[in-house]
Amino acid sequence: MTTQQNSAAAIRSADQLAVLRARRGSTVKTALHGVGLIVVLFGTLFPFLWMVLTSFKTGAQITATPPLVFFEGTLDHYRTILGDQYNVGQSLITSLIVSVSATALAVLLGTPAAYALARFEFKRKDDLWFWFISNRFMSPVVIILPVYLLASQLKLIGNPGLLIAMYLTFSIPVVVWICTDQFRSIPRELDEAAMVDGASPAFIFLRIALPLALPGVVVSSILSFIFSWNELLFALFLTRGSGVTAPVKATSFLSGYDVPWGEIMATGTLIVLPVIIFSLLVSRHLVQGLTMGAIK
Amino acid sequence: MHTQKRLTPFFFLAPAVVILALVGIYPLVFAAWVSLHNYLLAQPNIPHDFVWLSNYLTVIRDSSFWGSIGRTLFYLAVALPLEIVLGLAIAFMLRRGRWAHLRGFARVMLVIPLAMTPVVTGLIGRLIFNQQFGVVNYVQTSLSSNKIGTEWLGNPTLAFVTILVLEIWQWTPFAALIFLSGLTAVPAEVEEAATLETRSFWVMLRSIQLPFLLPALTAILILRTADILKQFDMVYTLTSGGPGSSTELINLYITRIGLRGAFDQGVASAQALLMLVLTTVLSRLYIRYLYKGDNA
Repeated sequence: MTTQQNSAAAIRSADQLAVLRARRGSTVKTALHGVGLIVVLFGTLFPFLWMVLTSFKTGAQITATPPLVFFEGTLDHYRTILGDQYNVGQSLITSLIVSVSATALAVLLGTPAAYALARFEFKRKDDLWFWFISNRFMSPVVIILPVYLLASQLKLIGNPGLLIAMYLTFSIPVVVWICTDQFRSIPRELDEAAMVDGASPAFIFLRIALPLALPGVVVSSILSFIFSWNELLFALFLTRGSGVTAPVKATSFLSGYDVPWGEIMATGTLIVLPVIIFSLLVSRHLVQGLTMGAIK
Repeated sequence: MHTQKRLTPFFFLAPAVVILALVGIYPLVFAAWVSLHNYLLAQPNIPHDFVWLSNYLTVIRDSSFWGSIGRTLFYLAVALPLEIVLGLAIAFMLRRGRWAHLRGFARVMLVIPLAMTPVVTGLIGRLIFNQQFGVVNYVQTSLSSNKIGTEWLGNPTLAFVTILVLEIWQWTPFAALIFLSGLTAVPAEVEEAATLETRSFWVMLRSIQLPFLLPALTAILILRTADILKQFDMVYTLTSGGPGSSTELINLYITRIGLRGAFDQGVASAQALLMLVLTTVLSRLYIRYLYKGDNA
C-alpha cells in the first residue's frame, strides 16, 4: 500500500519535474525570442534614428566622443539647408514633380498594355511580355551613356521632362508586371458578359476591368513612386544646377574638404521621412506589391 | 468587325511599346553605334572614326573590367545568401509565439530600410563608420584594447565589408517580409496536425513549410540578383568605388570610364553592351527556370 503510494507520488513528481523542465525550457525560449526581436528592431531602426538625431546636433556635438544621445538640440541645419545657399526645398519639389509625373504616365501607358497581355491572344505575346519584364532587369548604366550623349547634343540636359521619360524605363515594367497578374485574376466571364451586351473593349477595360484591378494599380503606383523618388544614377548625369533632384543634392555636399555632417543628415532626413511615413501608412500594400508579380 | 477585333490588342499595347522603345531601345541602338567608334567626350574635335571592334577588344583585355565584374559577383555571392538566411530567421521570429505587440511593431518597422533612399543609406554609412567619431568605432574601441579607431572606409578590405553590411542591413527586411507572407499561407490545420507527429523544427521546415517558402525564395533570388547587378547609388555615395578600386562594382566602373573620369564613350558603351548581354542571359535563365509563370 505504502509502496504503491510512494511510487505513485514518485511518478507524479517525475511528471511535475518534466512539466517544470519543459516550462523552464519554454521560458528560456520565450526570453530568447524577445531578445532576438529587440535586437532585430534595434538594428533595423538604429541607422535611421541616428541620422535624425544627428540632424539636430550642433557641429561640435556631432564630432563628440563618446557619441551623444542626449543633448540640447538645434534646428540650425534645417534652417541652413532650406535657405538660399543650399536650397534643398527646391530639390525636394523637383523630386516630387518628377516622381508623380513618371508614376502617372506609367499607369496611363502601362495598365492598357497589361490588360492586353492578360486578356487578348496574339502572336509573340510571350516575347512581348518578356521584353516588358526584362526592362526591370536592365541596368540603367546601359542607357545612361547614350542618353547622356543624345541629350547633350539636343541640349536637353537639365530638362525635367527628360528625367521623367527615363524613369519610365523602370516604372512602366513595374506597372505592367504587377497589373498583368492582377487582370488575370479577374474572372474572364465578366468581360465576356459585357461583350455579349455589346460593350466596346475600351469600355470594358475602363469601366469593368480597371476598377477591379485597382489594388494592383495602387500597389504598382506606390512602388513606381518610391523607385523614382529614390533614384540617383539618371538624375546625377541628367540634371544640374538648380534643377537637381533631392538625392543628387544630398551627394553634392560631399565634394568639399569640410564635410557639413549636420546639413547632410538634415537633408537625408527630409528626403526619407516623407517616403517612410508614406510607406508605413501603406505598408500592407507595399509588402503585397513586393511579392505580387513575383509570387504566383 | 473581324479586323477591328484583331487590332484591339494593338491599340492597347501601342502607346506603352512606342514610349518604352523610344526611351529603352533607341538609346541602345545608339550605344551600339558609339561602341564601334572612337568617341572621346573630353576631345570633341577628334573625328568619330569607325574603329571596328577595337573598343570591344580593349574591354576584353581590360583586367579592371573583369575585376569589377568579379567584385560584383562576389558581392552578390556573399550578400544574397546572408540576406536569405537572416531574412528567413527573422520571418520565423515574427510569425508566432509570445510578444505579439513587439512582433507587430517590428513587422511594420521592417518597411523602413526598404523605403530608405539608397543615397541616404550611403551617407549614414559614412557617418556611423567614420574613423574619428563614428558610433561603430566608439563601440569597438570601448570593447577592445585597440584604442585607435579602425579606418573602415580607408582600408580596401574593410570598405568592402562596409558596403556589404549596409547592403545586408537594407535588404534583409525585404527577404524577411516576403518569407513571412509565404509562411502566412501555410494552412494552420496542416501545421497543427504535423505537430502531433514531430516536434523537430527542421522536419517541419522541410516537409510542411518548404512548399510555401519556395515561391518566396524564387522572388527574392530574382529581384535581389537584378538589383545587386544594378547596384550604384549606395556604393557611389559611401565610397565612390574606393579606396583605389576596392569597392568599384561594375556600374561604378562603367560610369567612371564613360562619364566621370576617362570620358571614353566608345569603350564605356562596349562595356555596357557586354553587361547588357550578361544580364539578359542571366534574367532569361532565372525567369525560365525559377519563375514558372504562364508566360515564361
